[in-house]
Amino acid sequence: MTEIAQSQSIPLPLASERALRFDWRKAVPLALAAPLIVYMLVFYALPVLAMLLRSVNDPSWTLSHYATLFGDVVFAKTFWITISTSVTVTLGCLVLAYPVALGLVRARRMAPLILVIILLPFWTSVLVRSYAWMVLLGRHGLINEALLALGMIDRPVRILNTPIATQIAMIHILLPYMILPIANALRQIDPSLLRAASGLGATPWMTFRQVILPLSMSGVIAGTLLTFVLALGFYITPAMVGGPRDITLSMLIAQQVDQLNWAYAATLSAVLLATALAILAVARRLPGVGNAFRTSLR
Amino acid sequence: MLARVAPASVVGLILLFLAFPVIVVVVVSFSSATYLTFPPPAFGLKWYEAYFSNPDWLKPTWVSLWVASAVVVLSTTLGTVAALGMARLPRSLRVVATGLILSPLIVPGIVVAIGIYYAYSRYGLVGTPIAMVMAHTCLAVPFVVTSVTASLAGIDPRLEQASLNLGATPSATFWQVTLPLIRPGVLVGALFAFITSFDELIVALFISGSGAVTLPRRMWDDLRFQIDPTIAAVSTLTIVLTVLLMGLAHVLRKHAERQVSQP
Amino acid sequence: MTGIGSGASVTLAGLEKKYDRVAAVDGISLDIRSGEFLTLLGPSGSGKTSTLMMIAGFETPTAGDIAIDGRSVVAMPPYRRNIGMVFQNYALFPHLTVEENVGFPLKQRGVPKAERARLVAEALQLVHLPGYGARYPRQLSGGQQQRVAVARAVVFKPRLLLMDEPLGALDKQLRENLQLEMRRLHADLGITFIYVTHDQEEALTMSDRIAVMNDGKVAQVGSPEDLYDRPSNRFVAGFIGESNFLPAIVRGIEDDVVTAECDGALIRAICPGRPASGETVTLTTRPERLRFADSAWTATTPQNRLSVTVTEAVFAGERCRYMLQAGDGTSMVLKEPSSAAIRRRAVGERAEISWSVADTILV
Repeated sequence: MTEIAQSQSIPLPLASERALRFDWRKAVPLALAAPLIVYMLVFYALPVLAMLLRSVNDPSWTLSHYATLFGDVVFAKTFWITISTSVTVTLGCLVLAYPVALGLVRARRMAPLILVIILLPFWTSVLVRSYAWMVLLGRHGLINEALLALGMIDRPVRILNTPIATQIAMIHILLPYMILPIANALRQIDPSLLRAASGLGATPWMTFRQVILPLSMSGVIAGTLLTFVLALGFYITPAMVGGPRDITLSMLIAQQVDQLNWAYAATLSAVLLATALAILAVARRLPGVGNAFRTSLR
Repeated sequence: MLARVAPASVVGLILLFLAFPVIVVVVVSFSSATYLTFPPPAFGLKWYEAYFSNPDWLKPTWVSLWVASAVVVLSTTLGTVAALGMARLPRSLRVVATGLILSPLIVPGIVVAIGIYYAYSRYGLVGTPIAMVMAHTCLAVPFVVTSVTASLAGIDPRLEQASLNLGATPSATFWQVTLPLIRPGVLVGALFAFITSFDELIVALFISGSGAVTLPRRMWDDLRFQIDPTIAAVSTLTIVLTVLLMGLAHVLRKHAERQVSQP
Repeated sequence: MTGIGSGASVTLAGLEKKYDRVAAVDGISLDIRSGEFLTLLGPSGSGKTSTLMMIAGFETPTAGDIAIDGRSVVAMPPYRRNIGMVFQNYALFPHLTVEENVGFPLKQRGVPKAERARLVAEALQLVHLPGYGARYPRQLSGGQQQRVAVARAVVFKPRLLLMDEPLGALDKQLRENLQLEMRRLHADLGITFIYVTHDQEEALTMSDRIAVMNDGKVAQVGSPEDLYDRPSNRFVAGFIGESNFLPAIVRGIEDDVVTAECDGALIRAICPGRPASGETVTLTTRPERLRFADSAWTATTPQNRLSVTVTEAVFAGERCRYMLQAGDGTSMVLKEPSSAAIRRRAVGERAEISWSVADTILV
C-alpha cells in the first residue's frame, strides 16, 4: 500500500451550519437579473411607454388621435412611401443575397475572405455608409463620372436625393441582414442529401430547385422579415440621401417631435412599432423561422 | 454545381457592391480636392490635418470616446451579472426578462430615441453626457447579454458539479471556474458595447443638445449644412477603429471556441 | 485485502428519489463496507446514477438517509462532503493546466503552494502521468484525461471515491487496460470505491461486491461469484452473463433441492425457497455449464439430463455456440470451447445434454 493511503485525508475548512440552510438556489438568480431589469425599465422602457401613452392620453384619455390618422393624407402618403420603399429594398436584398449566401457556404478557401467582405461594411456605422453613397451618387461622384466618361450622358445626372438613391443605399446597408440568415440555413443542409439527389439523377438545377431552395426557406423567410422590419424603421439613410419630398414614417415622426406635436408623433410611433412587432410575431410562429431569427441576431 | 446557379462573377460583383462604398470613403479621405469628387484628382493628408487641428472635431471625438468607455463599464457590469442570473431563472421569468432586455434590437430606433427624449427632457437631462451614457447603455446591453449568455451555454454543466464536489463553495466556483470561462464572452460583449455607443446617432440627435455633442452628431450636422471631405477623413478613422475592435472580437470568439473543444 | 479501516463506510437507508409520481430511486437500503469496491450495476433508468448523485450531494433524496462513517450527510452540501468523484466525461477544467486541475481541491483546502506541488506530483505518479502537469486537457487523449480526473479525485486523500461510468467513452482495448488499473488503484489506496456502470462484464471484473439495480430498486447484492452462480431472481439471471430459462412444474422438494418436470424429464435444481407442488417455476442454468452427454468427460457431481435437437451451430473464435431446442419448444444455448479434439455438432442432430444439479437455480 502506498504512502497516499497511509496519510490522513486532507480536511475542508469549517463553516457555519446556518449558512447552509438558506436556499440560495432560488433567490440569487432573481437578485442578479434585477439590477439590469430595473435599469432598463427606468431609463428605456418606461420612457418609451410614457411617450407612446401620449397617443391615447392627450389631453385626456381618447382614441381620437388614431381616428384622425385614417383620414390624414400626409400619414397615408408617408406610410405608403415607407412600405413601398421597404418592399422594394427587401426584394432587392433577396435577389442579391441568395447568390452570395450560396457562395459563402460553398466556397472553401475563399469563405473567410467573403465573410470579411460581408462583415466589414456591416460593422461600419450607418452614417458612414450613407455618407459613402452621398459621395458615389453625387454630382461629381463615381457613377456620374463613369457615365460621363463612357459617353452615355452629357451632363451629370441627379441621382442623389432621389428615391432611387435611398433604395440603393438601403439595399447596400441591409444586405448582410439578408445574407447571414440564408447562409445559416444553407449551412445546415446535410451535404449527403445533395449527393443522394445527384446519385438519383437530378441535374444541378433540379437539385437546387427541389432540395436546396426548399430547405433554405426558413432562412429566406427569416432574412426577408428581418430586413423588412429594419427597413420600415430606417431614418438616417433616407434623411441623408433621399429626396426632400420623400419622407418616410420615421422622418415624419422626427419632424413632429421637432414641432413638439407629441400626440401625433406618439401615434405614428405606435403604428410603426405595432407593424414591426406584428411582423416579428408572425415570423416567430412560422416553423423553423423562429430559430433562424435567434441565430442571426447573435 | 455552384457555377450554374451562382456564377462566381455574379457573386463577385455583388461583393464588390458591398465593399466598394467603404473603399470609396477611404480613398476620398486622401484626396486633396476641396469638393467631393471621385476619383480624386490628387492625394494628400489635407483632410486629416483639418480634422486633427480643429477643436470643433476633436471635442466631439473626445465626448464620444468618453461616453463609449463609460457605457462599456456600465453595460458590461449590468449585462454580465444579469446574464448569469437569467441563465438560472425559471423559464417564464427568463422569457420576459429576455424580451425586455433584447427589445432595443427590435424596436425601431426613432421610437426609442423620441421616447428617451420625451422622458429625459422632463428631467433636464438633455445635453448632458451622463444622460448619453444612460441611454447608450440600454442600447448596448443586449449585445453584452447575448454574448455572455452564449458563452455560459457553452460551459459543460458538469464542470460546476465537479468544482462543488472538489470542495469549492458556490462563490468560489463562480470566481475560479465560471468567470474565467465566460471571460471571452464578456470581452466580446464589451467590444460591441463600445462600437454601439461610439457609432450611435439617432438617440444622440435628440439628447445631445449642445453640451453632449458626440462625433456622429457632429458629422451629421456637418453633412446637413456643408459638405467637406473632412468627414471622409473622420469616417475612415472610425472605420479603422471599428474594424480593429470587431476583428479583435472575432479573434476572441475563435480562441474561446478552441479552448473548450474536446479532442 | 489490506487497507481496511482507511476507507469510509456508507449506509443507504430507504433512499428514495421521486419526480412527481415517477420514482427514479424507489427505496434502496445498502451497507457499503469500509474499503470495499462496490459496483452499482444496472440498465439505464435503473436509478444507479441518481443514487450516486445523491451520495455526492447533487441531488436531494425525497426520503431516506445517507450516512458516511455513521454520520448522516443528507443535509450537507456537496462541497462539504469530502468525497472524491470521477465523472463520465471527466469534467476537467479546460482553462486550467493538468497541474492546476489536480491541485484545485488542494487549493480549496488552503494547502500551501509547495505542499500542493508535491501532492500533485504524487497523484500524477499514481496514475502514470508524471510530467504532464503543464499540459491542457484538450491536448490529452481520452484515456489520459480520465487518468487526470482520477488523480484530481484522489489527491486530497478522500476516504470514499465515486465513479460514474468513467470508462464509457473509451474503446474496448483501452477500457480493459484501465479496468485493471482501477483495481490496482483500489488495492493501493485502500479506500472505498463506489462504481456505477451498465456493463456487467466490467462489474464482474472489478468489484468486490455488486448491487444489481432495476427500476430504482436493488435486485440483488453479492460478490461476482454469488451473483453469477446463484442469481436470486430472473432479472439478475438474465442481466449478468447469459442464462437459459426452463419452465418447469414442481414435483417435489427435499432440503434445498427441488425436483421439477420439464419436457417430460425430471430436473433437479438448487432452491432457497419453498415452492408448492404443482407450481410452475423457472429454472435457470448457464450456457457454458451445459455439456453434450456423449463427449469425452466424466461427471463427478449429480447431473441433470435433457434430450434436445441442435437448431444452430456458430463458431465464434474461442467458443462454439449451439442453439438447442427441447421437445416442448424451449430453446437453450450451449457454449463449449472450440478445439480440434471436440466434435462439432451439426444442425438437426439430436443429442443429450447434461449439466450439474449444483449449476441449476430456481429463480
